Amino acid sequence: MIAAFEYFAPKTVEEALSLLSKYKEEAKMIAGGQSMLVVMKQRLLTPEYLIDVKGLTALDYIKYDEKQGLRIGALTIHRAIEKSPVIQKHFGVLSEMEGNLATIQTRNWGTIGGNLCHSDPAGDPAAVFIALKAKFKLASSGKERIVEADEFSTDYLEADLKPNEMLIEIQVPNPPPHSGTAYEKLMVMKGDMGVVGAAVSITLSGKDSVCQDARIALSNCSSVPLRAKKAEKVLIGKTINDSLLTEAGEIASTEAAPTSDVHGSAEYRREMVKVFVKRVAQLALERAKAA
Amino acid sequence: MKGEMKKLKLTVNGKPYELEVKPETLLVDVLRQELKLTGAKVGCLDSACGACTVNIDGKAVRSCSVLALQANGREVITIEGVADGDKLHPIQQAMIDHGAIECGFCTPGMVMSAKALLGENPNPTREEVKEAIQGNLCADEGYVKYIEAIEIAAKEMRGGQ
Repeated sequence: MIAAFEYFAPKTVEEALSLLSKYKEEAKMIAGGQSMLVVMKQRLLTPEYLIDVKGLTALDYIKYDEKQGLRIGALTIHRAIEKSPVIQKHFGVLSEMEGNLATIQTRNWGTIGGNLCHSDPAGDPAAVFIALKAKFKLASSGKERIVEADEFSTDYLEADLKPNEMLIEIQVPNPPPHSGTAYEKLMVMKGDMGVVGAAVSITLSGKDSVCQDARIALSNCSSVPLRAKKAEKVLIGKTINDSLLTEAGEIASTEAAPTSDVHGSAEYRREMVKVFVKRVAQLALERAKAA
Repeated sequence: MKGEMKKLKLTVNGKPYELEVKPETLLVDVLRQELKLTGAKVGCLDSACGACTVNIDGKAVRSCSVLALQANGREVITIEGVADGDKLHPIQQAMIDHGAIECGFCTPGMVMSAKALLGENPNPTREEVKEAIQGNLCADEGYVKYIEAIEIAAKEMRGGQ
């Protein structure tokens, strides 16, 4: 079923990176494999060399600092993020998002880094990290670089990762005061891959509740997790009311480029983008006011 | 080299094993084909049905979606390792007593999800029970009796409290 490959289980990040730089395009890294084994079973992916990093505990951590914000090691499992008290306290939206990411079995084995590198536009974490202005730390032998969350995915199942690079850390800055973030997706059953999803972050000015900053990211609406920049501009600088939220949803819908599949037509998805952007922005706004 | 057998050391139901496997082998295939532990079922082989659920280091995981070599050095519990000799585990007993088992195909996975849940949360809410078996599909739609049986077992395991 799965095509044969040569297997490596490096003990350190350095060893993993050195294997990557040796085998480059012929190698693939596997973490929890909850997405990757599916495409390997279908033989859409047939690597010559498989570098198994699931056991690299050095990249399994959640750290929080009042100045630096949140740091999540790439090999942290979804369930750890969902259940982390520090994440629940300071970045509740991440825990909520994880609670609807597939099932407990998947969250118990799948990793946050594996999910992001799979670069499925329907993935939930990417949209939320875009809304939270996260950065991803990538490493290759002897080098590191930082990529903005909204620039990491480059196409369907393609990411800004060179053949010798791996994602090692997700960095989430502390949001400014009076900020709120929310994420919801359209599910037929809890844990489904979203038909569409929207992540919205809103920052208000302290005095007059004018929207100082907004981020809107859509899942499963394009070949990449899509930042709806025009819709963000609808909100920024304004006092947000119901009609403005409706307008933001309508503009986001024009930015979306969904395709039709068994779960919904492109037309239906565009309609649902309107609904979800408005609904999620409303929730983000309430949270910003309460913050 | 491609196609080369790799050493796999793991503990299954408390018993240590040293095996040689092809790297592309899934954990469920090692359990069923090599160790002849056929309790974990192959339903979809696609991470959808949960019938292959086992516990790895105490957590519910789908054995069709893990390479066998990824379980190297870990502790696996399958449905065969749940009972204490002839004495069924309270989760198994409650499922029988409460009539939760219909065709039985999903039952091993249900038990393993429930066992992992009660291992970390002895007093779950109904929502937490539902969430724990959300990834275990029952073609007979017998979910309510499973949920109730898990609650009965939880109470039994807490000493009736």
